[in-house]
Amino acid sequence: MKDIEKYVNPKALTPSNASFFRYEEKSKGEERRAKLCLSIEEAIYRSGLKDGMTISFHHAFRGGDLLLNNVMNVIAKMGFKDLTLASSSLASVHDPLIEHIQNGVVTQIYTSGLRSKLGEAISKGLMQKPVQIHSHGGRVHLLQSGELHIDVAFLGVPVSDEFGNANGYSGRSKCGSLGYAMMDAHYADYVVVLSESLEAYPNVPASLHQDQVDAIVVVDEVGDPSKIGAGETRMTTNPKELLLASHTAKVIEHSGLFKEGFSIQTGTGGASLATTVFLSERMEEKGIHASFGLGGITGTMVYMLKRGLIKTLLDVQSFDEFAAKSIGENKNHIEISANEYANPSSKGASIKQLDIVVLSALEVDVAFNVNVITGSKGLLRGASGGHSDTAAEAKLSIIVAPLTRGRIPTVTQRVNTVVTPGATVDVLVTDQGIAVNPKNVELKERLKKAGLHVVDIHTLYERAIALCGEPAQIAYTDKIVAVIRYRDGSIIDVVRQLA
Amino acid sequence: MKQKLRRSMLFVPGSNTGMVCNAFIYQPDTVMFDLEDSVALSEKDSARMMVFHALHHFTYQNIETAVRVNPLNSPFGLQDLEAVICAGADIIRLPKTDTMDDVLEMEQEIAHIENRIGREKKTLLLAAIESALGVVNAVDIARCSKRMMGIALGAEDFVRDLRTQRTKEGTELSAARNQILLAARAAKIGAFDSVFSDVKDKEGFVHEAQYIKGLGFDGKSLINPNQIPWLHKVFEPSQKEIDWAIEVCEAAKDAKEKGLGVISLDGKMVDAPVVLRAEWILDLARASGVLGEEQ
Repeated sequence: MKDIEKYVNPKALTPSNASFFRYEEKSKGEERRAKLCLSIEEAIYRSGLKDGMTISFHHAFRGGDLLLNNVMNVIAKMGFKDLTLASSSLASVHDPLIEHIQNGVVTQIYTSGLRSKLGEAISKGLMQKPVQIHSHGGRVHLLQSGELHIDVAFLGVPVSDEFGNANGYSGRSKCGSLGYAMMDAHYADYVVVLSESLEAYPNVPASLHQDQVDAIVVVDEVGDPSKIGAGETRMTTNPKELLLASHTAKVIEHSGLFKEGFSIQTGTGGASLATTVFLSERMEEKGIHASFGLGGITGTMVYMLKRGLIKTLLDVQSFDEFAAKSIGENKNHIEISANEYANPSSKGASIKQLDIVVLSALEVDVAFNVNVITGSKGLLRGASGGHSDTAAEAKLSIIVAPLTRGRIPTVTQRVNTVVTPGATVDVLVTDQGIAVNPKNVELKERLKKAGLHVVDIHTLYERAIALCGEPAQIAYTDKIVAVIRYRDGSIIDVVRQLA
Repeated sequence: MKQKLRRSMLFVPGSNTGMVCNAFIYQPDTVMFDLEDSVALSEKDSARMMVFHALHHFTYQNIETAVRVNPLNSPFGLQDLEAVICAGADIIRLPKTDTMDDVLEMEQEIAHIENRIGREKKTLLLAAIESALGVVNAVDIARCSKRMMGIALGAEDFVRDLRTQRTKEGTELSAARNQILLAARAAKIGAFDSVFSDVKDKEGFVHEAQYIKGLGFDGKSLINPNQIPWLHKVFEPSQKEIDWAIEVCEAAKDAKEKGLGVISLDGKMVDAPVVLRAEWILDLARASGVLGEEQ
C-alpha cells in the first residue's frame, strides 16, 4: 500500500465501507447481490438519508401508483423530518401526503401537478413553503441548473435484475416508458430501484441502468395496473368531445403543416384521442404519413404506428396499457428521457422538431394565456406537464376546450393562473368557434378559406359570458401557496391561498 | 320558392337540461325540442318552461326550431302550444296524426293563440304519422293546411300498429315510407324519415340514410348529435352533381340577364323544376362545406 501512496491520493485508498473493498469481507456471489435490500427501511438506511434532504419519485404509474405512499410511510415511521419531495408529478392517489406534511415529514414540494384533496389542502394553506410547479422539460432544467438536487431517488419499476437494470414495459404493473425516472436515475446521488419482480441478469434493454442504481428492493406491488392508464382508451361517444375533435382535425388538415412527414403530439382524454382517429382517416384518404408522434403516447398512436401512418413513436410516458406494452414489442416505438423530450436547455429536445401539438386547457384568456393548474374555484387541480414546453416549441400549438363547462366559462378576460403564455399559443378550438392568435395572419386566412368558423377570441369571451354570466372573483389571501415556474426556471405566476 | 334545407332534425328531450343548453352547437338543420314521449309525466311542466326559455335564448335565434307538443286531448297539449308559440317556435310537430281533423284542430288553436298575442309570423306545422290510419290518410293530412311544411314518419308507433317490429332492412316500413313520400310531394311539402335508434351503429344508420335519400326524402329525425355529420355526409352532393348544378344555374342566370324566357343548356331546354333542383344541390353543397359561399 505504501508504495502505491507515492503515486495516488492517499485518501482514495483509505479503507472504508466503500463497496470496492467488500470483496475482502464477502464472497463474489454475495457481491453480485450486494445491491439487494431486504426492505425499504434497509434501502433508506443505506442511502444515508438525513433530515432536510430531497427525495424523488416518478409518476409513470399515475393514478395507479402504490409506491410513493408506501415509501413515505416508511420514511415517516423512521422519523425523518423536513424533507423536500420532488416527484415528477402527483396524482389523486397521493392524498395521504397531507398527513406527512402536517407532521413535518415533508416541508417542500416540487411537482408538475397537484390534484384532489392534496391540491385543495395546499390551496388552503397547508404548507409554509410554496409548492414549486414545473413543466416536464422545466424539471430537467431545474435538475441541470442545480436548483433541484435529488439526494435519494425512489424509482418504482415492474421489472429489474439484481444489478438494477430495469424497464417499464414488461412484468405485471407495466407503465411503459420510464422517461421521467431516467432523469432521477441520472441526477440523484443515491438511486433506489423498487421492483415488483427480479429477472435474471442482464435484464436488457434497460431503461434504468446498472451503473446508475445503488440499491434494489423487491416489493409486492408498485402499481395497480387497472389504474395506470390515463383516462379513456376507447373512442369517445360524447358528442361534444367528438365535435371538438372534428374541428381540431380540420384545423390540422388546413394548417399548411398537414403534409408527408409531419409530426404530432396529442394528450389524453376523449377529444385528443378522437382527434387522432379523425386525423388517421384523413391521412389514409390523402396518403399522408407522419414522421413521428411524440410525448405521452396512447394506444391510438400505437395503432397508427402499426398501420404505418406514423413512422416512429418517441415516448416519454405511456398513457395506456397498449402503449406501455408496445415499447417492448415495436422497434419503432422508442423510449426517450424527459431531457430528450422537452428540456429547454437540452442539447436536443424532440419538441424542437415538432410540427403540431394538441393541448387541453382549464381556462384560456383573451391574450391566449392558458391555465392548466387551477380550477374555477381557485384550487390547485391540474398539472403543468409538457404544456408550456410543447406550446413554446411546436410550429403549431392548438388548444382545445369547450367554450363553457356547465356554468363555467372557459374563455376568460384573464386566466386565474398562467402556465403557458399566450405568445406561444397559435389557435384555440372551441365548440362555438375557432380563434386564431392575431400574430398568425396566414393561419387565420387558411382556416377561413377552408370554411372553418373562425372568430375573434373576444367574441368567444363575450359569448361565454352571455351564456354563463360574469363569474364572481375568487377571493385570495396574500400568502403564496404555489409558484408556477416557466420552463426556463423563471417565475411566470403564483397561486395564492384561498380566503 | 327556395326550399330550406332540412336534412337533419335533432330531437332534444325538453327535460334534458344539458341537451337543451347545448343542442345548437351541433348545428342540425332543425332543432326539435320534445315535450311529448321523451318527457316523464312528472316533468311535463318543467320541460315546457325550459323549452320556453331556450326558444327565447340568443343561441336558438339563428337555427330553425320545432317543438313536438303533447296531443291536444292530453292535459298538457294546449299549455305546450301556448308556451312555445309565445316563445317563437318556427314549427309545431303534431304527434300521432291520424286524420285531417287532428291537423285542423291544431291549426285552429295555433291561429287563436297567434291572434291573441299578435304574432305575425305564421307558425308552421309538421305532422308525424305514426299509425296505419295516418298513413292511409296521408294525402289529406298533407294537403289540408297551408301551414303544413312537411309530414314525417314515426316508425316506432307505426310498427306496433302494424303488429310487427322494426328490422334493419326496413321492409315493414316500405309501404308507409312510399305513401308518405307520395303524399308529401303531391302537396309540395317536405317528407321526413323516422329516427334510427341504435346510436352506435354508424354503418346501419348510413345504410338507412342512403336508402331514404334515394327514395326522395328530404331528411331524417335524429336522436343523437353524433348522427348529424353522418347524415350530412350522405346528403353531400358529388362533384359531378355540383358541376352539373353550377352549369344549370349559370345557364338560368344567363337567360335571365338576356331576358330570355327559355333556359337552354347544351342545346337542350331546361325546365324551372330542374333549376330548382340545381339550386337545391348547390345549397346542399354549401351546407356540406364542399362549396365556398361565393359560388
